[in-house]
Amino acid sequence: MRDRSFAPSRILIYLVVTLFAAAYLAPLVVVVLNSLRTNEEIAQGSMIGWPQHLAWGNYALAWSGFCIAETCAGIRPYMLNSALVTIPATIFSTLLGAVAGYAVSLWRFRGDNWIYGIVTLGLFLPQQMRLLPWTIVLRDIGLINTLWGLVLIHTIQGLSFTVLFCRNYYIAIPHELIRAARIDGAGFFRIFWRIILPLSAPILIVTVIWQFTHIWNEFLYGVTFTTGQQQPVTAALIALSAAVADIPQHGVQSAAVIIAALPTLLIYLFGGRYFVRGLTAGAVK
Amino acid sequence: MSNVVSTAARPATSEMVRRLPEYLMIWVPLLLSAAHLISFSIWTIWISFTPSTLIPVSGWVGLRNYNAVLASRNWQIAFDNLLLFGIAFVLLSLITGLALAILLDQRIRGENVLRTIFLYPLAVSFVVTGTVWSWLLNPGIGIEKLIHDLGWSSFHFDWLVNRDMAIWTIVIAAIWQSSGFAMALFLAGLRSVDTDIIRAAQIDGAGPIRTYVRVILPTLWPITITVVVVQLQFAISAFDLVRALTNGGPGIATQLPALVVYDLMFQRSQLGRGAAAAVLMLLILLAVLLPYAAWRYVQRRQATHA
Repeated sequence: MRDRSFAPSRILIYLVVTLFAAAYLAPLVVVVLNSLRTNEEIAQGSMIGWPQHLAWGNYALAWSGFCIAETCAGIRPYMLNSALVTIPATIFSTLLGAVAGYAVSLWRFRGDNWIYGIVTLGLFLPQQMRLLPWTIVLRDIGLINTLWGLVLIHTIQGLSFTVLFCRNYYIAIPHELIRAARIDGAGFFRIFWRIILPLSAPILIVTVIWQFTHIWNEFLYGVTFTTGQQQPVTAALIALSAAVADIPQHGVQSAAVIIAALPTLLIYLFGGRYFVRGLTAGAVK
Repeated sequence: MSNVVSTAARPATSEMVRRLPEYLMIWVPLLLSAAHLISFSIWTIWISFTPSTLIPVSGWVGLRNYNAVLASRNWQIAFDNLLLFGIAFVLLSLITGLALAILLDQRIRGENVLRTIFLYPLAVSFVVTGTVWSWLLNPGIGIEKLIHDLGWSSFHFDWLVNRDMAIWTIVIAAIWQSSGFAMALFLAGLRSVDTDIIRAAQIDGAGPIRTYVRVILPTLWPITITVVVVQLQFAISAFDLVRALTNGGPGIATQLPALVVYDLMFQRSQLGRGAAAAVLMLLILLAVLLPYAAWRYVQRRQATHA
């Protein structure tokens, strides 16, 4: 294990790792290359190939040109929809989760363990159990087929994760710190603002990345509760595939896929450490 | 705070009023979350026992919806597919994840870059993964076409449009997407092995491979169980990936429970049956999660008693 020389076994290890890496990268490389090839070029050969000349026009078409259903505005309105759902829902669920996580771990109140236990059941309850009730709730409060309806869903459902993340982080803060502050007369919000929040940067980053990635990538609620121009980008991609099924435009579609995946990919590249921490924190519930 | 001199009851009420924002801030989000989980579950379970079709109606039909769902070809195929997909996907992604973790644990150069490569699919949506793999696996434009163009014209790789093999395309895409998760947990496990045990094994004369197989790998089994449960949870509720990759086809060859639920609820307007299918999904999930919860409980007790 501690051998750093280039024995045959080491070469084999590097070879295998490189092959694995190539396999994991291949789909991304193929799509990036395709996004730079013309539809005709792809149609003559296969999806897998080198661009003969760079067709940057695919990106312009994907962003604001091609048609989904009757609307020909490209992927831009749907990207905007996704942003208008993901950003508020991420902020709300993270802030509320931080306060609630602090309340159940450090402030303590009667019934805190019970309510915390119930809230974390949300990690396991399948979305299919909530589809019909959400349909009715959204219709009754007039938010069906609106972006705010999706914000509401993702905020409330996201709480299960954000409360869990924050609670597990705050539980390690010494209780004496809180007790001393309370004796000094500091209240709930003051302690949160002055003591908890300044200590929270790492867990808030983890939570924000987790929530953003999940809400941006979510599909089922988007496709169930919104139609047409109100849909998030995941639902629009599926609608696009269906719309161009007869005359595929793989170059433009590839560009659309890249654009749709870019926000979460960039977040992953720049916040990878926190992304992985969220993964493991979510797993070891 | 200022008027301390008052009757005995006044401070209590004003204290309540003063702390109202605090109570609201603590209770409203938690109660909304808890209430929606409980009431939504109960409501969906209730609907599964009613004759609801286009709209929810009251009434009691006993297990009729369940019998109808269980007797439908759609569900039977979905359930068989779930068994195959669940087992194949979980096993293969465990093996892949463990292999990657072991390889990365060999003090190789560029570990950070490699880890980034193996984990990036997790940042991408299942819709994107499904769409991309539907191109790669499409015999007309994907890998098969490429190999044909390269001159090997008898090459065959048509699983996407082959009824018997189509479910394996979902296995492939799912492994590509989430074996990095298994790798991340295994790698963390490998790195947290007590160095004293390793040293003790080496003093006992065990070589590197022997130490690895006999001493390090056995410590990973609690992580293995966690990975299996998380991956099974994904497999049971898989929807987006299938929707984007095969949409349940060819025919209904790659149907999965989540697609059946969606189909019954929103395409056939069979709310009662859709709810019954959703409850069946929940039961399948509980069959995985309850033993896991029991195991976790025993583990914790042992840890506190030790």
